[in-house]
Amino acid sequence: MTFHPKMPYDTGLHQSARQLPEAGEPFAFTPENLARLEDIARRYPPERRRSALLPALYLVQRQQGYVSARAMAHVAEVVGVTPAEVEDVVSYYTMFYAQRVGTYVLQVCRTLSCALNGAERITDVLSRKLGIKPGETDPTGTFTLMEVECLGACDRAPVVVVNDQWHECLKPEDAERLVDDLRTKGLDALSGCHLCVEKR
Amino acid sequence: MFEPVLTSFVREPNSFTLDVSLTHGAYEGLRKAVTLQPGQVIDLVKASGLRGRGGAGFPTGMKWGFVPKDSPKPKYVCCNADESEPGTFKDHVLMERNPHLVIEGVAIACYAIGAKVGYIYIRGEFHHVSQVLEAAIAEARARGFLGRNIFGSGFDCDIHVHRGAGAYEAGEESALLESLEGKRAQPRLRPPFPAVVGLYGCPTVINNVETLANVPLILTKGSEWFTSLGPEKNSGPKLFCVSGHVNTPGVYEATMHTTLRQLIYDYAGGMRGGRALKAVIPGGSSTPVLLPDAIDAPASFDGVVKAGSMLGSAAMIVMDDTTCMVWAAENLIHFYRHESCGKCTPCREGADWMLKILHKIERGEGEMRDLDLLESVARNINGKTLCPFGEAEVAPVLSTLAHFRHEYEAHIREGRCPLPAPWRCGGGH
Ligand SMILES: Cc1cc2nc3c(=O)[nH]c(=O)nc-3n(C[C@H](O)[C@H](O)[C@H](O)COP(=O)(O)O)c2cc1C
Ligand code: SF4
Ligand code: FES
Repeated sequence: MTFHPKMPYDTGLHQSARQLPEAGEPFAFTPENLARLEDIARRYPPERRRSALLPALYLVQRQQGYVSARAMAHVAEVVGVTPAEVEDVVSYYTMFYAQRVGTYVLQVCRTLSCALNGAERITDVLSRKLGIKPGETDPTGTFTLMEVECLGACDRAPVVVVNDQWHECLKPEDAERLVDDLRTKGLDALSGCHLCVEKR
Repeated sequence: MFEPVLTSFVREPNSFTLDVSLTHGAYEGLRKAVTLQPGQVIDLVKASGLRGRGGAGFPTGMKWGFVPKDSPKPKYVCCNADESEPGTFKDHVLMERNPHLVIEGVAIACYAIGAKVGYIYIRGEFHHVSQVLEAAIAEARARGFLGRNIFGSGFDCDIHVHRGAGAYEAGEESALLESLEGKRAQPRLRPPFPAVVGLYGCPTVINNVETLANVPLILTKGSEWFTSLGPEKNSGPKLFCVSGHVNTPGVYEATMHTTLRQLIYDYAGGMRGGRALKAVIPGGSSTPVLLPDAIDAPASFDGVVKAGSMLGSAAMIVMDDTTCMVWAAENLIHFYRHESCGKCTPCREGADWMLKILHKIERGEGEMRDLDLLESVARNINGKTLCPFGEAEVAPVLSTLAHFRHEYEAHIREGRCPLPAPWRCGGGH
């Protein structure tokens, strides 16, 4: 490949940054979560306990909201791998947070079908309303804004996921109201997934 | 007239429960399967001509036939429910509204290859779907459709849901296995193929959700019925996802006789606001874009190839004349740059460079020679990577360059995006 003399090599997209995980508070699974983890580990052959690593990390995140370095060390011990192997996995998957996040993690789908329906504007509105850029958490620790890639519900574009719950067909003009509603009603403000609504 | 069979009752209330599913014949295929020899089940699937619905269209019966029969190791079935290909949302609907059909398909696959355990690997974002599946598995187990000695045949089978955590590459079959083993979702070198050395080093079959959902139907309705639907070598019912600038985006079940035009204008209600069609991606973001003059092709594996693209995951992304194709390519390359697993250099670095160049052009700062550079980067990825992700990520670039080079040139000439649609943000960011 020939390098382009006018390309800005020094700035922008090309650098990858390794963000070290936060050390966090001392961490151990609650007895309930430990029991849950052992239940899950039984789904795999006994000598393949490592398969329970992703489920274990979900349990950490449920317990303390993110996956701290201390939690990684604990998980390593419980699952039987090294802390480095745990960090390796945490840093690969986008759904594990190695830094503290807000109470509500707003994940706006930015991929084509959603973008064709106004997703860029939604991120813009949310970003202004919250005074933060994508990837940041507001100073009160209530909201984290993120852009994510296709969520597999492109017929309901634009899609936003808040924590584990869905909000679909969000119009840019309704994005501000969603923030207000989350503040007052919590996760009940969300539409849910289109086909699941009958259960609500 | 074709009557839906995969999604026949998904709009009924509580369609995901065992009781409702049983009124529609759930587990009859499994009941029949266990009365046959495993080899006979494989032969039936071969005779049906069922081709994989995950993207490559590989014949399913043949894949099952590759599993060594005399291996002393345990065998596994993995159901690929990662569904992360942009534009695709069919497995989502199937699992959420007809989970027992999927579970039954996994169980029959287990019986056919001699596995006792099946895993459904579901993308992490589908939290609500994984709950539906877990509940359905528990119901099936409680009523004896899973577990020990199913239908008194001596066949034992259990199925577990395994939730991923946000990685497109986990949908690639060998990366899926790595992820299931608790590692990064990065592909393995092949051969050996998973049918011989798969999960935990054991023979493993990996199939898409929709592929497996077709299997119970083949058992109950027969392989002739299956081949009677759709063109030769493109048999069976098919789920199509239509999204983008159409009036009624959604999942539509049809045969592969259906043309792309029918899917856009009849099934999905036509172009929104009556605008003109500009381009359509026929099979998910990894497939080359097609121009409006190609949409009379049948939406079959072979039909779409003839039209110059691929059926992929049958996910059509429809774009009207307000869409800037450079912007669309940039959007998709942003996806690929984000999702490249990083294991091989052409893919990892190439995605980054393609995004950088596209961003520069879209911003109005491009030069004519950037077009050649862009093309050369793409060609240096193509065919030089460990997994098909490499070919996937160059498809949006090479196909927009081929069909819309004039739009790239207009950006460079005018020093700005000539088509800043109202649904976009002012100026790229
Ligand atoms: C980058 C990449 C992503 C993939 N993602 C998926 C996916 O999300 N779901 C899927 O079923 N197949 C996916 N595949 C295809 C699988 O590797 C595999 O071919 C498929 O699951 C086989 O099932 P089938 O024979 O039933 O189609 C992907 C392939 C690649 C290269
Ligand atoms: S082609 Fe890309 S996604 Fe596939 S192994 Fe190489 S780096 Fe990973
Ligand atoms: S593009 Fe947003 S859900 Fe698929």
